Amino acid sequence: MALLKADHIHVYYGSIHAVKGVSFEVNEGEVVTLIGANGAGKSTVLNTVSGLLHPRSGSIEFEGKDLKGMPPHKIVEHGLAQCPEGRRIFLQMTVEDNLEMGAFTQPGSTIAGGIADVYKRFPRLEERRRQVAGTLSGGEQQMLAMGRALMSRPKLLMLDEPSMGLAPILVEQIFDIIRELHKAGTTILLVEQNAQAALSVADRAYVLETGTVSLSGTGAELMASDKVREAYLGG
Amino acid sequence: MSFLSNVISGISLGSIYAIIALGYTMVYGIAKMLNFAHGDVIMVGAYVCFFAVSAYNLPPVIGVLLAVALCTALGMLIERMAYKPLRQAPSLAVLITAIGVSYFLQNAALLWWGSDPKKFPAFIVVGEQNGVSLFGGQLRITYVAIVTVVACVAIMAGLIAFTGKTKMGKAMRACSEDKGAAQLMGINVNATISMTFAIGSALAAIAGVLMCSAYDTLLPTTGSMPGIKAFTAAVFGGIGSIPGAFLGGLLLGVIQIFTQAYLSQELADAIVFAVLIVVLLVKPTGLLGKQIQEKV
Ligand SMILES: Nc1ncnc2c1ncn2[C@@H]1O[C@H](COP(=O)(O)OP(=O)(O)OP(=O)(O)O)[C@@H](O)[C@H]1O
Ligand SMILES: [Mg+2]
Repeated sequence: MALLKADHIHVYYGSIHAVKGVSFEVNEGEVVTLIGANGAGKSTVLNTVSGLLHPRSGSIEFEGKDLKGMPPHKIVEHGLAQCPEGRRIFLQMTVEDNLEMGAFTQPGSTIAGGIADVYKRFPRLEERRRQVAGTLSGGEQQMLAMGRALMSRPKLLMLDEPSMGLAPILVEQIFDIIRELHKAGTTILLVEQNAQAALSVADRAYVLETGTVSLSGTGAELMASDKVREAYLGG
Repeated sequence: MSFLSNVISGISLGSIYAIIALGYTMVYGIAKMLNFAHGDVIMVGAYVCFFAVSAYNLPPVIGVLLAVALCTALGMLIERMAYKPLRQAPSLAVLITAIGVSYFLQNAALLWWGSDPKKFPAFIVVGEQNGVSLFGGQLRITYVAIVTVVACVAIMAGLIAFTGKTKMGKAMRACSEDKGAAQLMGINVNATISMTFAIGSALAAIAGVLMCSAYDTLLPTTGSMPGIKAFTAAVFGGIGSIPGAFLGGLLLGVIQIFTQAYLSQELADAIVFAVLIVVLLVKPTGLLGKQIQEKV
């Protein structure tokens, strides 16, 4: 049984039909990526899974349970965390307070351990623990956003363009972290513009085009596909 | 000696403004709305305490606790009924609704409690005395003034500790910065906003009791002007900022008493607002305001 299963979801912003019957699955332990151009509907899909948006039709199931009508905070409690596009860390709060917010659904006794785990993965954050998040560099902010999402010990981690706006070396580092998380057994749904990097870490991938899935397959298959090469990998 | 006595009245009046302004600023900071009915919750708190003490002969402490409890519930009810359905609406719609709630409360009070002024009982006394005299009777400090200033400082310190140290308080700050991101952390934003209204309204009840203890006439419109002044104080100090509301409230009280004493009794309010305008021209975010906040 798939961990997450979206079945023909349609999502609208008022009269704008942004997601038109998208279906996909994420199995336990997999890294699945959604790639596609600007405005294809990738963030809309993630925000719908997180409960910030509601599908007009179609269903989303997590561990076989229908998420329909479930408020976003309950969805987090069920083990679905999202690290949103543009990071959206709490800029006026300290690094450590941001991490603590990530653990909002967790029992108080586990928070210190969770923070220690994040610091082990991102030692830079520990050096800056008392610093206000708004003063971090872009790369550090991305690490904080990922660390914060991990604080809820999610069964499924959704990452929306974690490499956005980062220098190549930092992009490399972010994808290394995704590989490490994968190896440790974390299930990941990754949204990316950087198709090359995303396909190289992904077990499976879906290509989203103006609100519909135009292609899907294993990472290697899509990497080899002419259509993907032309449109997303620069020929 | 009259100078010192003016300073003391200014600080004690300012402390009342500050307590009201703290409620305003908490609600604005998290819900990003101006709850113009805040001043009228003050009035309701004062009436509840008045009836508990004067009509039912309950001990003043019980009267205050009742006022706090009922205003807390009232604040949450107002949020639930009037503001929550407008969460996605333009801020102008919310503002107009808040003004409507304010008039609703004033008129409900008029209907239930009548238009005749009530004389609020003086219960902050020690023995028969309502204050202490210093310098052979030249300077008088009322116990109400002392209690007001102490309560104000304690409330501000409590709010700073709450928002800075507790999980719930930090969640409020997270909601204040980015509600969507807060939801993605598993924070129940609706419950957090409701709690902010509960805190703000509890503070309004305390302010109402203290204000009517100092200036003893109670009318359905009693909360209206202090509400507006306290809102001014919150903007003056930097809306959304807890120390800003405190500072703004104190300064407003002192400026008001000094203009009344040395310039003009009639023009005092006009001068108070003129000072506000000048401050905002020089520093649009208010004295302690941080970044440019959303314009209202
Ligand atoms: N709040 C909104 N109101 C109206 N339309 C929106 C809104 N958010 C997104 N859209 C529209 O929905 C479509 C999908 O947007 P979405 O943000 O999901 O794209 P995306 O694939 O994440 O793009 P990007 O790679 O640029 O982040 C776009 O056409 C966009 O203009
Ligand atoms: Mg996007």
